[in-house]
Amino acid sequence: MNLPFYVPPEQLMKDRAEFARKGIARGKSIAGLAYADGILVLAENPSGTLHKISEIYDRIAFAGVGKYNEFEALRVAGIRHADLKGYAYARSDVTAKGLANAYAQALGQIFTQEVKPYEVEIMVAEVGRQSGEDLLFKVTYDGTLYAEGHFAAIGGQEEQLEGFLQEHFQPAAPLAEALRWAVAAFQAASSRTIGPDEWEAAVVDRTLGRRAFRRLSAAELGAA
Amino acid sequence: MSPGLPGVPEAPIVPTESFTALLRARGMEPRWTLPADTSLVDPPEGTTVLAFRYTDGVLMAGDRRATAGNVIAHHSLQKVFPADAFSAVAISGTAGIAIELVRLFQTELEHYEKLEGSRLSLEGKANHLAAMVRAHLPMAFQGLVVVPLFCGYDESTGQGRLYSFDVVGGRYEETEYAATGSGGREAKAYVRTAFREGLSEAEALQVAVGALVAAAEEDSATGGPDLQRGIYPNVVVVSAAGYRELPEEQVADAARRAMGAQR
Repeated sequence: MNLPFYVPPEQLMKDRAEFARKGIARGKSIAGLAYADGILVLAENPSGTLHKISEIYDRIAFAGVGKYNEFEALRVAGIRHADLKGYAYARSDVTAKGLANAYAQALGQIFTQEVKPYEVEIMVAEVGRQSGEDLLFKVTYDGTLYAEGHFAAIGGQEEQLEGFLQEHFQPAAPLAEALRWAVAAFQAASSRTIGPDEWEAAVVDRTLGRRAFRRLSAAELGAA
Repeated sequence: MSPGLPGVPEAPIVPTESFTALLRARGMEPRWTLPADTSLVDPPEGTTVLAFRYTDGVLMAGDRRATAGNVIAHHSLQKVFPADAFSAVAISGTAGIAIELVRLFQTELEHYEKLEGSRLSLEGKANHLAAMVRAHLPMAFQGLVVVPLFCGYDESTGQGRLYSFDVVGGRYEETEYAATGSGGREAKAYVRTAFREGLSEAEALQVAVGALVAAAEEDSATGGPDLQRGIYPNVVVVSAAGYRELPEEQVADAARRAMGAQR
């Protein structure tokens, strides 16, 4: 009988983390930032049909980078989580915090127990009733959960994007201005001009009523 | 509690699970188990609702009364609800069950829309509602009947459409108007005489309120507009612009005119 080689747990975790990070670095990034009426999420996404950003619940948006089938599974699971909870209790009981925690649990479990970790990073954004109550969460491939301030980025260019936003971000800006910052952050990070049809953008906006999620049209993006 | 997440990968080769299937898998679906003899159960019942086409789409209206036997259980019950942004659903029959059915239906439509990234077709929505009513048939045999009305704006054909149902889940598309509930017959008779092609929104509102007033005249379980307490019918329209509730002042004006005409 062959005994499996002993691999120290530190090494095992390091290998898995490296594997996941490599996968994530190959994909394009996503940035989220708060503006006066809500949160804008912008992704570089040449596909007009396969979305990286979507609606989870009334005030909650989801964004994922990395392997499409993996973050899509997480998106579907998140919608199920939210709809079940909202149906069993009340719509106001569905929160980004609860959802982000559930994602952190699921990703943490997958990271340590599955054959291969998920090569994804996700962002959960919830627009509050008032400016200042907006929430941005980031969950990494190993289930680490980050509660972010006014802006956040996920994906391979995370650091460059966050660095740029750190310099330029100002709270309570109008949507058009926030969009300009986000676009500029991507242009700076990739040092090339990204065409207007290579973007995917959506907002959760507190002025929109119960379902706060809205995709931005190509015209709105073109103006930025 | 973290419903939905643990064990994330579920191969979705079969069409995506409906929300009801998800509830069932978790033992959370609404269920009423009854003894064979249901004569002791006397829950409130909702009464008259109606819908008909007008120039921009469809209009749907309902009175506000719920009755339990000869007792008026509620004076200001809501029986007309948005199903999603482009459709509306109204209920008659056992109120508690019907309202839960509507909540489930609304969640189901939104769940589908979010998963698929597009809304169900209007016919798809009507078929799903029919399946929900059909699943409820055993309860109907025990006296707890729920019969909805469904209408919406068909975004693919650009017209308003409406559907009536029966207790076995039969789904019938109506070309002009439909009504159900205990006062449904009178309401329908009224709409039949007042209906014509191309009613404006204001005219349609007047017809709807007139029909409910007529139903309340003949049927004790239907509540007419209550001018003293300010309780008026719920009237909604669904057009190319989507679902919209008509403001209470407009309905109140129409109610006063309809009541005047009755005298």
